[in-house]
Amino acid sequence: MAIARTADNADAVIRFIEVTKSFPGHEGRNIVLDRVSFTIPKGRTTVIAGGSGQGKSVTLKLVLGLMRPDSGRILVDGQDVTSLRRRELEQLRTKFGVLFQGSALFDSLTVFENVALPLRERTRMTDEEIRQQVAVTLEQLELLGHEDKFPAQLSGGMKKRVGLARALQLDPEILLFDEPTTGLDPLMTNDIYRLFARTRQELGYTAVIVSHDIPKVFELADQVILLNKGEVDVFASPGEIKYSTKPYIREFVEMTMNCGKTGAME
Amino acid sequence: MQRMPQSDIPFLLRPVARLGDRGIYVLRDLGRMGVFLLYGIAGVFKHPFRFREVVKQLGFIGAGSMAVIFFTAISSGMVLGLQGYYSLHKFGAEGMLGSAVSLTLIMELGPVLTALMVTGRAGSAMCAEIGIMRISEQIDALECMAIDPFRYLISPKFLAALISVPLLTAMFDVVGIFGGYLAGVKLMGVNSGAFFSSMQQSVTDHDIRLGIVKSFVFGLLFVWICTGRGYFVQKIRGAGFGAESVSRVTTQAVVIASISVLIFDYLITAVML
Repeated sequence: MAIARTADNADAVIRFIEVTKSFPGHEGRNIVLDRVSFTIPKGRTTVIAGGSGQGKSVTLKLVLGLMRPDSGRILVDGQDVTSLRRRELEQLRTKFGVLFQGSALFDSLTVFENVALPLRERTRMTDEEIRQQVAVTLEQLELLGHEDKFPAQLSGGMKKRVGLARALQLDPEILLFDEPTTGLDPLMTNDIYRLFARTRQELGYTAVIVSHDIPKVFELADQVILLNKGEVDVFASPGEIKYSTKPYIREFVEMTMNCGKTGAME
Repeated sequence: MQRMPQSDIPFLLRPVARLGDRGIYVLRDLGRMGVFLLYGIAGVFKHPFRFREVVKQLGFIGAGSMAVIFFTAISSGMVLGLQGYYSLHKFGAEGMLGSAVSLTLIMELGPVLTALMVTGRAGSAMCAEIGIMRISEQIDALECMAIDPFRYLISPKFLAALISVPLLTAMFDVVGIFGGYLAGVKLMGVNSGAFFSSMQQSVTDHDIRLGIVKSFVFGLLFVWICTGRGYFVQKIRGAGFGAESVSRVTTQAVVIASISVLIFDYLITAVML
């Protein structure tokens, strides 16, 4: 069993309680999360970091109820995702906005139609109201003039911005980012982080960022969760990481220092 | 359900374990597909109804398949006319050609060939489209936006297929009979009046009803299997990953849908004839 630490926070919006998730492997099960417990506080930014295949994206899918854990409970605003019915789960998901790793834009729809989709399907807004709201968001995310383009005609950074615009449409309480800067050059990465910081400040949502863009992503974090071989370590701030005595975290800190020290871990 | 590693199973029991494992997989797959069918049908009645999407799918499945159906029907009808003429001529019964051509087309060839052609043309495209949407997380994105993927994506295809396939079958029957008329009457010289009167005398309401029931069932079968395989592309054992999984599953979907059409053709005929 892996040791798990739970952040003490009465205002938790997401709670993992003794969650185990495994997948079929060549020889038995490959355990990704081993009885892990942690909380994600409301209104703050939590970064979930770890190497490839350590269960970062799986964690997000578990929160959304897109996957079910082998055991344990996942509470979102006090509701146990693992025991909800389809309709209740659908209702719970209205609290979330998600920016997928590959943006997950609908490739047969234009930028405008992609961003307008949640409004068309989930609200009773008129076409004119939808047009106005989408225009405001596109302007915020510096996408005006690209409304009629299809996803295939956009750069990676623009796709992420369209994904973010779509995720923000229904004014979500919690925004989940799955590897928001993967495949982007440093300039585009900065661009996404800048837009994230701005929208986060303006809208005040709870943010959960899954990323391996270390140490840069720590600059955005209030809380850091490190995943390693089924084990979870929670740090109330990025600066706490360097005080850990665990060998893998020591190694990780040294690697981070060599890669480029940033103020986040100071 | 957890699978025990092969190495933990005694050597002699491994074939039994593999058989059991396969059996459980097939049962789970059937269960998944059964639930998918129910959700797909239920989604048709969910609000808001996606009228534009249904019209788009009618255009793709129905109008888009008309040329293929026309050429398949006219060639099948003409071959039936020629073959029928040579067979009936031996017994001096050329006058029965209209009856033979029309009954064969209305009860068997019309529904079956229409379903097979639509499966090959539209079913494969649907499976690939939904499979790509699944692997590129577009279906996950719909679920995360609390948009029911069945109502939004699957059910309009179900409805469009249930409308299109019977209409395409009717078109196949008419064009096929015209093909039989061209070959039998215009080329081989069978009497035009005898051709049509034998058709009128032998084709009953029951035969037409059989054709209609088949076309509805085949329409549902092809759209269910093709969209379902695409939807579950990541759960199909041995399909691989990424683009390769979509191509393999698309091939599998067309094969399963085609075989299912042929099996159900026999079953419906056996029950209704």
